[in-house]
Order: sequence, then structure tokens, then C-alpha cells
Amino acid sequence: MSSWLDYTINGLIVGNVYALVAVGLALIFGVSRLINFAQGSIYLVGAYIGWVAVVQLHTPLPLTIIVVAAAAAAVGLIIERFGLRPLQNSVRIAPLLATIGISFVLDQLVMLTFSPNPRALPSQLPDVRFQLGGGTIGPLDLLIAGVGITSALLLFVFLRYSKLGWAVRAASQDRDAAMQMGVDVNRVNQAVFGIAAALGGVSGMLVGMYYNQIDTAMSLQATLKGVVAEVVGGAGNVPGAVIGSLLLGLVESYGVAVFGTSYRNLFAFLLLVVVLVLRPNGLFVSARQAPPEPLTGTFIAPSRPVRIPRWALAVAAAGFAVLPFFPVSFYVLQTLINAWLLGMLALSLTLVAGTIGQVSLGHAALLAIGAYTSALLSLTSAVPVGLAIIGGGLMSAALGTLLISPSFRLRGHYVSIATLAIGEIVSLVILNWESVTRGPIGISGIPPLSLFGYDLISPSSVYWFSLAVMLVLALLQGRLLTSHLGRSFRAIRDDDIAARAYGLSLNRYKSLAFIFGGFAAGVSGGIAAHLYSYINHETFNTQQSILALTVVILGGLGNVVGAIVGSVALVGLPEVFRIAAEYRILIYGIVLLLLVRFRPQGLLGTI
Amino acid sequence: MAERHNPMLSLRGLTRRFGGLTAVDAIDLDLAKGELISIIGPNGAGKTTLFNLVTGLDRPDAGTVSFEGQDITGLSPERLAAEGIARTFQLGRVFGNLSVMDNVLIGAHTRLRAVRPAVPVIGPLLELGLALLRPARVKDEEERLREEVKAILARFGERLLPRIDQPAYSLSYANRRRVEIARALALRPRLLLLDEPTAGMNPTETAEMQALVAELKAEGLTILLIEHKLEMVMRLSDRVIVMDEGKKIAEGPGEQVRTDPKVIEAYLGHGLSGVTEQESAA
Repeated sequence: MSSWLDYTINGLIVGNVYALVAVGLALIFGVSRLINFAQGSIYLVGAYIGWVAVVQLHTPLPLTIIVVAAAAAAVGLIIERFGLRPLQNSVRIAPLLATIGISFVLDQLVMLTFSPNPRALPSQLPDVRFQLGGGTIGPLDLLIAGVGITSALLLFVFLRYSKLGWAVRAASQDRDAAMQMGVDVNRVNQAVFGIAAALGGVSGMLVGMYYNQIDTAMSLQATLKGVVAEVVGGAGNVPGAVIGSLLLGLVESYGVAVFGTSYRNLFAFLLLVVVLVLRPNGLFVSARQAPPEPLTGTFIAPSRPVRIPRWALAVAAAGFAVLPFFPVSFYVLQTLINAWLLGMLALSLTLVAGTIGQVSLGHAALLAIGAYTSALLSLTSAVPVGLAIIGGGLMSAALGTLLISPSFRLRGHYVSIATLAIGEIVSLVILNWESVTRGPIGISGIPPLSLFGYDLISPSSVYWFSLAVMLVLALLQGRLLTSHLGRSFRAIRDDDIAARAYGLSLNRYKSLAFIFGGFAAGVSGGIAAHLYSYINHETFNTQQSILALTVVILGGLGNVVGAIVGSVALVGLPEVFRIAAEYRILIYGIVLLLLVRFRPQGLLGTI
Repeated sequence: MAERHNPMLSLRGLTRRFGGLTAVDAIDLDLAKGELISIIGPNGAGKTTLFNLVTGLDRPDAGTVSFEGQDITGLSPERLAAEGIARTFQLGRVFGNLSVMDNVLIGAHTRLRAVRPAVPVIGPLLELGLALLRPARVKDEEERLREEVKAILARFGERLLPRIDQPAYSLSYANRRRVEIARALALRPRLLLLDEPTAGMNPTETAEMQALVAELKAEGLTILLIEHKLEMVMRLSDRVIVMDEGKKIAEGPGEQVRTDPKVIEAYLGHGLSGVTEQESAA
């Protein structure tokens, strides 16, 4: 019994921490209808500022909290002013992409400044435990609960009684009406981002003290947990976010009690998917209210795509095909092989995110499904590698579509959250389903690429194989886009309500897009598995999903040629300029930000 | 009068509430085949909500909708499109990045037969396969529809044909409304719902639109029209229904409705005269 009380206390404490992140997300969503994917990065920044204050400056605890809150708030204000305000009149997808880019830039800056190694963040509080009923509670638990409750009260007083708080509430109820009544929406946004960032930063510091460890992987986890809690409570609903956070803390804590620690996140994401499917507006909002997304407006930047004549494309393809006959180094071929593999993933994502408008942030999961299927088929069932790769593609198409199908009725930013969560679920299932996936050990000794009994070992043969597969997929996708499906997908992206009114079933056409896209991604993952000969649950991670997204934006959403050009550019240019690996993700993030700001239609234009 | 007993569209007690507000309040309506009924009323009277209930974009809290004798209450918009109900939208919902041709082709989506085999379960996969392989039947069907789209666009004179390959976002406001109507016609609707087709149009453009709607009516199309320009309503309608605060406050031939004191009060608050001149000038 006593342990159950412990799990309850632990759940509520962790829930309190999530609440600090989720309340910030809810405030921002309320005012700008934006899910701020950079919230976790501010949390990370808060943790490291806390570390600097405690370990290097030896500040006392109250001062530490003030320093962290102020510094994090400053970061929030900078993000609002320079990252998001210029995008106010931009297309709907732009701020979402911007926060993703900002998140990667901040995480990488922290990593480059402090190294990726975990650091200890001492708690500055005496290490004693008090008996409480059958469980125990420590001073840090009390501090976290105290900070949580105090911030909630302060926020309540601010929103209820201050003039700026009134303006925040007015803007979140009806932004246009508030503007017409003279509310300065920029100031409201500033206030909201400042508060959200201060809460997020303090939360990161407290969690660091709680586990006595901070590292750069905290960021994405915090964003995910905060978003889960916020969506559970109803996006934009501040009290709902607090209750959602406590609920999430408890669900996780009890889940860990019953099934073990490695299942913690699985419960969080399953809770999210269940809520999104059953009550997409959250637990505390009546289901019949209109969705909080705007119903009209352009999802992607309108543009006229750059038309490249067919002969030019054919010449380019032929040029790449004959490249191995020239004296090029193994290194160049290897780089281009990586570009072709990324190209297949980008083709998949440009169809899903660009053509039909479902911005997937968990696309690497499709690689993982294809890779594991192909590896296991060839290893345990002795299926020839060529067939195993096709099997990987089919499995990715089928399983990926099945997993994502509950989110087909979601719109806009919710789709991104759902795909992110589903991506995490796939990687957690791979980690935990040891009898099939071999769990954390991963799969080694995967046979090399072979076709009709001939092993493809030489760099040139691998190069030709991957180039040929990518070109076939690109041609098929180009043909798809000129069919009635192409226009149906794009119609659903531009206006799903009008599309439904003309007989287009969202389930049917989103499924078809994911089936086609899932196949391309699965084939890419399958080929990669046979090239690497070893894969585990971390081989295909969120960084790849974000890289693919950057490629797709760079090339132009929905643009087949753009996806390939973008892949070559983002894989090739860092090699040409010999940029060290640790700076690359930083550069991808900056590229994403610059594109969103200055050329949202990408290099070749959206289709 | 025989038609009245067997109407094409029939609403009974249709009601939709948003929180404390009853946007559509126990509306009854019968629309016979070939008839044109206009729904007028001040802004916020519930006209567009009524359209949403009929086309499946919203579900009623009470009441029924039947179409050709079938109860269609609460069916999905995609089902209703397949049944032959087409609509245009008040604010103009064209597919911005699609060309005029593609926008109108989407209207013909429910009529695609060759490329959308009616096979259960694997139907969607066959559709994907046929879209990629494109056997002659599929190509012919697409070609036929493209010709038909050109014929529909020709009804708008030189307004849309020269812009057939331009993306819809580049069109003028009036042209977007025309694309919407062309898209609705491509469905070959049995029932057409037009939500303020002339909103934002100048007098010349309005006259053109009025002539087109009159032509469609003459061809026997059954039409439900929301319109603010009373002049046009009076000329086109077989009957006029006036809504205010969700309720039907008057119904009958145009001349009878325009002099109804309840209608005048709904529009101007009090029994002021001269309402028709002001409205038709608006």
C-alpha cells in the first residue's frame, strides 16, 4: 500500500513539473493558435542556466530561481520578437515550422556550449525525507509542489486582475475583436511568451535537480510531455492544462509501477493518441464545439512551381548514373548514396506533408518499420534481400497507415503532434518488444544488399541500386501527381471542408497518400538496414524526421524534383564545406528558419 | 400541387443550437423538383447554418432532412455529394493552389467511375493502381470530363476560359465565385444550394450571375438560394422564405413576402417603409 502512495505522490510531483511546461503551451496556444515546439528547448536552457548559477556562481536557491526565470523569459521574448512576429501574416504552416527550427537551433547551441555529456545539477536542499501517511516526501518535492501552486496562483491573479492579463484573455477569446478594441496583440504575445518561457525554464531547472542530472535529450521529451498534457486538458485551456498534467503524471507513475520504467513514455503517448481520437478538443471541452483551428486560410505558400523541362531532368539523371565511370572517390559516392536514401524519405514526406498537407514529424518511424521488417525477413526467414526490402516497404505502408489513421480527422498542428507521438510509440515498441525486435541490443549481422543472388558490395553497385530505386519511386510519384489522385490530395490540403462537400473522403485519400508515402520510406529504411548491417531503436530518430522536413521545405512542398534537389543539397553541401558533424543540425535548423521566413515556397516552389 | 406531396427536399423541425443560441429553430421546408426557393434574412439569421445542416457539414440537434424520400439526416457530406447535392460557400472556398480546370474537375469527382471501382475493401488500392497505370478506360473518362469542364466554363463567357490553367488564388473575387458555381455544376447536381452567389459582385457581374441562375432554373435544376439582393430574389424565386433569429418568419411568393410587416421589422427593426429599395440598392 505504502508504495502506491509513493507512486501517487511521485505522479503528482512529476505532473506539477509537466504543468509548468503545459501552462505555457496553453497560454501561447490560446493567444496565437500555435503549438510552440520550442517550449522544451526553453526548458533545456532553463536547466543549463540553473546549472551555471548553482555550480559556477553558487547562487542561493531563491536567487537561482529568479535568475533562471529571468533568463528563460528573455529567450522567450527573443523567440517571439525575431522568430514568430515576422510570420504573423504568413501561411498557417509557417509558425509551426519556425518553432521546430528554433527548437533545433537552441538545442544545438546548448549542446555545443556545454557538450552533450550529462551533468549533475545538485538540488541545494537538505536530503531528508518526511513520512507522509505510508509514503515519504522530500524537501524538493515540496519545493516543486510549492513552485507549481505559486505560479498557478500568480498566473490566475495576473490573468484575472491585471490589465495586461485582461488583454491576454480577450485576445485568446477573439483575437480580431480584441485588436479592434485597441488591444496591442504584440504586447500580449510578448507577455505570453515571456511568462511561458519563465515557467518552462524554472520547470527544467527543477527537473534537473529532481533527477540530479541534466542533458540535451531533455528538450524533446519535455516538449512532448507538455504537449500531451496540454492536449489532454484541451488546447489553449490553462486550468485544463494543469489537470491534464497531473493526470499525465499519475498515468505514467502507475504505468511504471505496473509495467516498469521503460514503459513510462509509452503510456504518455498512448494517452495522447486516445485523447486525440476520442476527444480531440481535450477532456474538458465539449466535443461539439467548432475545432480551434481556423477553417479558412492558405495552408501552404501559394506559388508557381519552377518548371524544369523533361530533357533537363533526363540529362541530370543520366549524369548521375554515369558518375561512377569517372574517377570519383568512394567518399563522393558514399555521400550521394546517403542523398538518395534521404531522397526516398523526402519523396515520402513531400507527398504526405506537401501534397496532402499532413505535416508528419514522426516520419523516421516509417524508416524504422521498413528497416526492421526487411532485416528480420532476410535474417530469420531467409527471404532474398531484394524481396525483403519490398516487404519492408509494404509493411511500412500498411502499418504506418494503420497507426496514423486515428489522426485522419485531425487538422493542422494536431496532425503534427499525433505523428510525433506515433513516431515515439513505434520507437518505444521496438525497444520493448524484445521477442521480435531484440530490444535494446538491436539487430546485427544483417546481410548486405543483393539482387537476384548477386551481392552488391562495391560502392558503384550500391550507388546505382539506390539511385535506380529512388528514380523509380520519383517517376511513380510524378505520375501519381498528374492523376486524379494528385488533384484530390491537393484539394484536401487546400480546403478539406470543400473537398468533403464534393465527395472526397478524407480517410480514403489520406490513407492512399500514406500507403504510397509509407512504401517509399519503408524501402529507404530497408536499403539502409542492409547497408548499415546493424540497426537499433535509435538508428532512425527524430533528427532524421526533421532533416527530411527541412529537405522538403527547401525543395518546395509537394515538389518531387525539389525533394531530390533538397536532399542532395542538404547532404552534399555540408560535405563540400567540410562542416563538422555537430554543427550540421544547427545549420539544418537555421536553414529551416531562413526558408520559412524568406522563401516559404522553397527553391522550386510548392505544387 | 402533386409535387408538393412528394418534394425533392423536405426539412421537418430542423434545429441547431450553439450553446445558448438557437441558430436554426424548428425549420420546416419543402422544395419540389425544378423549384427555386430563396432564403433571405438579416445577417446571423441562420441561413448558412441551415445550408450546413442540409449538406452534412453540421449535424442538427433535432429534426430531419429527407431527399427524394430518403432520410439523409446526419449523413456525411461526401455521401450527400454522391447523392447529387452540390453547394457553394458564402465566403468562397476554392482550392487556391489548384488550377481552374482542376478545381472544376474536383466537382466531377463523384462521377468518376472507371478509376474508382465500386469494390469493397480493396477499392481504394485498385484506385491507386488505376491512377498509376491509367488504362484506356481511365484516360477516356478523364478526357471526357475535361471536355465537359470546358463546356461548363464556357457558360461564363470569357471570364474563366482564358484562365483555365491559372491557379485559383490568382483569380479575382468574382471569378472565384464563378469557379465555385462551375465546380458545383460539374457534379451534375440534382439539388443545388447557392450561398450568396453574387456577394461582392458589381451590378454587371450580378446581372450575369442572375441570368445564369435563371438559365439553370429553366433547365429544370432544383435550387435553394441564399441571397441578399432582393431584386434578384424577386425575379428568380418561385417562393421566398424569410428567416430571422433562426426562425422562419414568412414564406410565400416574393410579392407577398416583401410587404409582410414581420419581414420589414426583421430587416429594419421597426415598420419603416422603403425597405425594398434600400435592400436592392445594397
